[in-house]
Amino acid sequence: MKTRVKKIIDKYHNDKGFLVPILQDVQKEYNYLNREALNLVSAFLEVPISQLYELGTFYKAFSLKPRGRHEMKLCTGTACHVRGVPLMKDNIERILQIQAGETTPDLEFTFETVNCLGACALGPILVVDGEYHGNLSISKTNRILKKLGKKVKIDEES
Amino acid sequence: MAEMVSLTIDGLKIHAPAGTTILEAATDANIYIPHLCSNEELAPYGACRLCMVEITQGERARLVASCIFEVADGLEVKTNTERVLNVRRLVIELLLARNNKHPALRKIADELGVKETRFPIEQKGCILCGQCVRTCREVVGVSAIGFSGRGITRKVATPFMESPPDCIACGSCVYVCPVQFIPMKEENGVRTIMKYDYPMQKCRKCGQYFAPKKQLEYFSKITNLPLEHFETCVDCR
Repeated sequence: MKTRVKKIIDKYHNDKGFLVPILQDVQKEYNYLNREALNLVSAFLEVPISQLYELGTFYKAFSLKPRGRHEMKLCTGTACHVRGVPLMKDNIERILQIQAGETTPDLEFTFETVNCLGACALGPILVVDGEYHGNLSISKTNRILKKLGKKVKIDEES
Repeated sequence: MAEMVSLTIDGLKIHAPAGTTILEAATDANIYIPHLCSNEELAPYGACRLCMVEITQGERARLVASCIFEVADGLEVKTNTERVLNVRRLVIELLLARNNKHPALRKIADELGVKETRFPIEQKGCILCGQCVRTCREVVGVSAIGFSGRGITRKVATPFMESPPDCIACGSCVYVCPVQFIPMKEENGVRTIMKYDYPMQKCRKCGQYFAPKKQLEYFSKITNLPLEHFETCVDCR
């Protein structure tokens, strides 16, 4: 781990001014802001750990908990909401057996809601690993989840 | 000697060195501006917004936080206009929603004629002025505590919400807090800050507990003097 973190920091010439990009790279490397990695960054750059924790909790892009292999973001903006997103949210939560904002224990899925993706014409909309699925329906969420994970059990097939 | 600028505060002509803030200039001229987050030992921060004043530069009048706005030549400052007082009343109401018990806040509220807050009282205690965090960083120099989260979830936090590894138990955060939010007690040679325990050092001569061990270690580190030098209390030295 030491060499991997060192490599990231070297990329930014040991410059404390690049804390956010460094943490972004650390997050990319480990999929979340791993505690040991943060301690290493703190030691290498001589930045107090409290400051790194501050950054890690301030930005939504950072996560201090491990994230799932697949990231799902469901839009809950007004346009999507009136087209039935709450039902789809319940469906996804039921299938993954987690609440929005959580990660499945097997680290396969992270499911979050976002407030508006700015693509209201396509609503309801779900982003899975950067891929946009528009005109969402409950049956579509079932299909998407089935395609992604064999472990996911879907009762009603439609 | 720094360059002097002249400005008026509430109609009073004032000369102040360039680079000082309106709040400092006003305080020197015995003009009272309420404030909570400003501390002369710390860099200007501008968190509490209680020190808002109205300034006129040229045609336009606007509101600024006097603790971060630097004096300028020809600046006209008013600390007591209705516009200013309205903002302060709102600010103190918001602060009372976080803590409606503390005498320091109640006193400022009384001065502004605010009796109760219209907002739901959350009784969080901490008013997020950041003096503890800034003192730890700027004065003590260890940065053991920081903020976490943002918006409504922002709070003063230790890294990972655990016992802070860099803390030297000096208690500066406790001392500087304007609302006494951070509890500290000393009992049987252990100092407890928040919920974390730090062992104290017994004086080598008089045998009294006098300072946290971690603080003495830190002194020894920054002064390059042997630790034994600090293990005797100031009275016995």
